[in-house]
Amino acid sequence: MTMPYYVAPEQVMKDRAEYAQKGIARGRALVGTTYDNGVLIVAENPSSTLHKISEIYDRVAFAGVGRYNEFDQLRVAGVRHADTKGYAYSREDVDARSLANVYAQYLGQVFTHEMKPLEVEILVAELDPVGTAHQLFHIAYDGTVSDEQRFTVLGGEADAITQRMSARFRQGWTLAEAVAASVASLSGPARKLRPTDLEAAVLEHGPWRRCFRRVDADELAELIARGEAAEPAAGSPVEKETHPELGTDENGEGAPGHA
Amino acid sequence: MSLPLFPSGSDPGPSFVELLRRTRHEEVQAPAAALADMVATAGRHLSGLVPTSLPPVVHGTTIVALRYDNGVVVAGDRRATEGNMIAHRSIEKVFPADRYSAVAISGAAGAAVEMVRLFQTQLEHYEKVEGSTLSLEGKANQLGQMVSANLQMAMQGLVVIPLFAGYDLRLKKGRIFTYDVTGGRFEETDFHATGSGGRDAKNTVKLSFRERLGRDEAVDLAVNSLYEAADEDTATGGPDPLRGIYPVVATVDSEGYRRLEDPEVAEHFRHILQRRSERDEGGVPS
Repeated sequence: MTMPYYVAPEQVMKDRAEYAQKGIARGRALVGTTYDNGVLIVAENPSSTLHKISEIYDRVAFAGVGRYNEFDQLRVAGVRHADTKGYAYSREDVDARSLANVYAQYLGQVFTHEMKPLEVEILVAELDPVGTAHQLFHIAYDGTVSDEQRFTVLGGEADAITQRMSARFRQGWTLAEAVAASVASLSGPARKLRPTDLEAAVLEHGPWRRCFRRVDADELAELIARGEAAEPAAGSPVEKETHPELGTDENGEGAPGHA
Repeated sequence: MSLPLFPSGSDPGPSFVELLRRTRHEEVQAPAAALADMVATAGRHLSGLVPTSLPPVVHGTTIVALRYDNGVVVAGDRRATEGNMIAHRSIEKVFPADRYSAVAISGAAGAAVEMVRLFQTQLEHYEKVEGSTLSLEGKANQLGQMVSANLQMAMQGLVVIPLFAGYDLRLKKGRIFTYDVTGGRFEETDFHATGSGGRDAKNTVKLSFRERLGRDEAVDLAVNSLYEAADEDTATGGPDPLRGIYPVVATVDSEGYRRLEDPEVAEHFRHILQRRSERDEGGVPS
């Protein structure tokens, strides 16, 4: 009888985290941020039919990076979760926090129990129905959840993009400003992303019950132009606050944090 | 609630009804099923005495829909009756099904409102899961399936007859669909009315209908037909200026579903009364 090789649990986790991080880092990044009338999500996505950003419910949006089939499966599950809940209880009982927790549990379980972790990072955003306390829940491949009220970056090169974003972020900026800054942060100094390379959507206060709206390439181009024109002056860089990580590994060697 | 994930063989696809079935959430619909059982038992016990042995059930009444040049108008009165009593003065029987369609109900109010809620969720669910909306025809068929699923209850007396109308984005025109209890789906060419006052409403529309009505003219005709229905049918409520209750009137056209504000509907009624009193100076015929 052959004995299986002993592999230290730390090593197993580390290997899985590395595997997931590699997969995610191959994908293109995405920025979610709040602005004066809601939440904006911009993703680098050359495809106009395979969406990274989608509607979940009246005030809840979803965005994912990494393997398309994996985050799309999560998206559909989220729609199902929200619709069943809203039908069983009431529309206003559907919120992003509980959905984020459900996602986190699932991702965490897959990460620890399955052979292959999911190579995705997802964002669940919620529009505050009355005020400006919008929520951005960032869920990593291992089920780590963090909540943001300013902005969050998912995907490859997240650190560099986060730096560029925090240099420009202003609380309560306009949609045009938020778009221009997000696009510039995603592009970086070396290249310039065109509206057709991007996918954008907002959750905004409006006359409709369903607050999710896609921003098409034409509108995006116009917003970028307007945002760049309005640019600087007031923009004093805000220091990046640290937000509590609510997930498993908080710190420590090789802790699977953000990719 | 955990994340609803399914193995590929038993995935419910974009259907919300299927999803409810899979997630065993039909308990949510249990009251309806229990009611059907109860009605069936009661029916057995009392079948020799009373043909419809239902406990008092709230009923809704007149619904009218007609086409105009760029869309459809759907209108419904606000009265619900329980036998010979008025159960509610201000229930609503016209609802947006989604952005480009409306559904109106007559029949057992409780079951009907529940059907509308399920239908609305179903359309939105499909749209979100698939990333595209159903065609108007597809929506109409979906509703037909829900009506036929209600057949057991209908046989016990809880009949729900919806009327479905919407703007067909492909054909660029308004379309009206009606149903029978078995879920049979029929498309009306120009107009239709259902409910206890439906015949009076339909006749009123029939006498004045012509091709290429404007939106305002069509609304006026719909309001007028409800007025005539309320005049003849006790179960149909007329305008109630004292309480400020007016029929729900909505239009669906290329701009989507729009419900008219109450003052606007009140204005139409005022016009109707004015025209009437001018025409019938020697006394309104009765």
